[in-house]
Amino acid sequence: MLAVEDLHVRYGAIAALHGISLHVDAGEIVGLIGVNGAGKTTTLMTIAGVLKPTRGTITFEGSSIVGQTPEDIVRRGIALVPEGRRIFPALTVEENLRLGAATRADRAAIQQDIEEMCVRFPILGQRLRQPGGTLSGGEQQQLAIARGLMSRPSLLMLDEPSLGLAPMLVGEIFELVAQLRQTGVTILLVEQNVERTLEITDRVYLLNTGRVEFEGPSRELRQRVDIAGAYLGRAGQRSRRSQNLGDA
Amino acid sequence: METLNQILQFLINALSLGGLYALMALGLTLVYGILKLVNFAYGELVMVGGYTLLLLGAGPFPWIVVALLSVSMAVLTSLLLERVAFRPVRDADPNTMLITSFAVSTLLQNAAILFISPRHKAVPMPSFFIENIQLGELLISKSDVVSLIVSLALLGLLTLFLKRTILGSALRAASDDFVMTRLLGIRANLVIAAAFGISGGLAGVVSLFWIGRLGSVVPFIGLTPVLIAFVASVIGGLESLTGAVIGGYLLGFLNVGLQLALPQHLLDYRQAFTFAIVILVLLFRPQGLIRGIHTREQV
Repeated sequence: MLAVEDLHVRYGAIAALHGISLHVDAGEIVGLIGVNGAGKTTTLMTIAGVLKPTRGTITFEGSSIVGQTPEDIVRRGIALVPEGRRIFPALTVEENLRLGAATRADRAAIQQDIEEMCVRFPILGQRLRQPGGTLSGGEQQQLAIARGLMSRPSLLMLDEPSLGLAPMLVGEIFELVAQLRQTGVTILLVEQNVERTLEITDRVYLLNTGRVEFEGPSRELRQRVDIAGAYLGRAGQRSRRSQNLGDA
Repeated sequence: METLNQILQFLINALSLGGLYALMALGLTLVYGILKLVNFAYGELVMVGGYTLLLLGAGPFPWIVVALLSVSMAVLTSLLLERVAFRPVRDADPNTMLITSFAVSTLLQNAAILFISPRHKAVPMPSFFIENIQLGELLISKSDVVSLIVSLALLGLLTLFLKRTILGSALRAASDDFVMTRLLGIRANLVIAAAFGISGGLAGVVSLFWIGRLGSVVPFIGLTPVLIAFVASVIGGLESLTGAVIGGYLLGFLNVGLQLALPQHLLDYRQAFTFAIVILVLLFRPQGLIRGIHTREQV
């Protein structure tokens, strides 16, 4: 569905990505993990068309999308729910959702989708007429995801949806992401919460300073203590502990 | 009775001037919100409206047609400037865009000097711009009443547009987070063109009443409106459309109030007093009266 080959991206003089390759197949949940500054957000922003690569190709459903504007890339069926949620605080929840459907002209279906979002995210239904800025962090994240879904994307890219949320809400957001798969949308998930990410994804890419350090089934990474210990910190230690238990 | 009349007179004058200032400020703030560009060529849109009034006013058309054409010319000029002057430098340093706006402003002024005249040209105005209405003791100028009503009506229409239409929501959203609106598929060019178009329309309406007040047009006529618009927007916080409207009305009330309060020999320095008060306001509230919405968390 999505194939990225040898992607290089620079911010002025600083190289952020040194040739990243990854692919996402239809129906998958793929994770992109790694520490701060590894290039996860840069990768998503480049796929979405906000950043222009200096080298490399991005192919989506068979055709290249490099050099296209963000406006056109959404129309191809890729939606990005960016880091920090970036909902419009002064606009009502409903206005936020409607703008999510800006690429569509089917008014009746848009209305239907809004009602569906209100069922899937009941809190949004209750707050439809409130400014987005009055929602709590977890509610804003739900709004950001719902707004992303309003364009009816085939690929949804989520950038750190659990960031800054209370531990209890983190679990809810991950459950939500896992459930989204049932709606038929393919997901590329960027996260720092490695443990949870490994639980809900099929495959992961581990980025480190702009390169792919590891790629493979999430199951496999959980057992790779060497990598887990070196790059993932706490989550790695914990999986090492569970492995030790298994040995014993 | 006399004080009541004076209060009424004051209110009508202040609301009429303030409404005009509010429209000026809105036109500037709309574009600033989205491009972070203070468009100093905004005053020249008022000039374009004024010269259209002058050139077509001598023709056979009824005034209202000429007025509509003037507003349309200001809209078209604004859209054209966006297309040929600002779009090519949109991704450049913000200062480049600012300097472009000065360049465009100077260019248009000089074009008017060269092709029309450097001198004041009297603009024919319909009778209601000159006549007064006598209501008992009260003497009200018709143009004040019309500009008061038109500005309120336009503010109402604009509010409806911004709150009730998708393009309106997109404009508000874009002034908060332009990249995010593009990520949702809202065309950058459309949003920016809409902002410039509306801004031009507001400048066009302002030109009708501004030139109605002055009775003539001159290449530098846009200077005062753009200055007032800028100051009113800054008072309002520059980021907020509501702020711009409040700033405009505040400036109108200040100006008319000073006209009444100041002794005769100081009247010429009215602007200096206005700006002194503005400086005072900003000393105590440097962020302007209404702060832009920046609740987005920095992570």
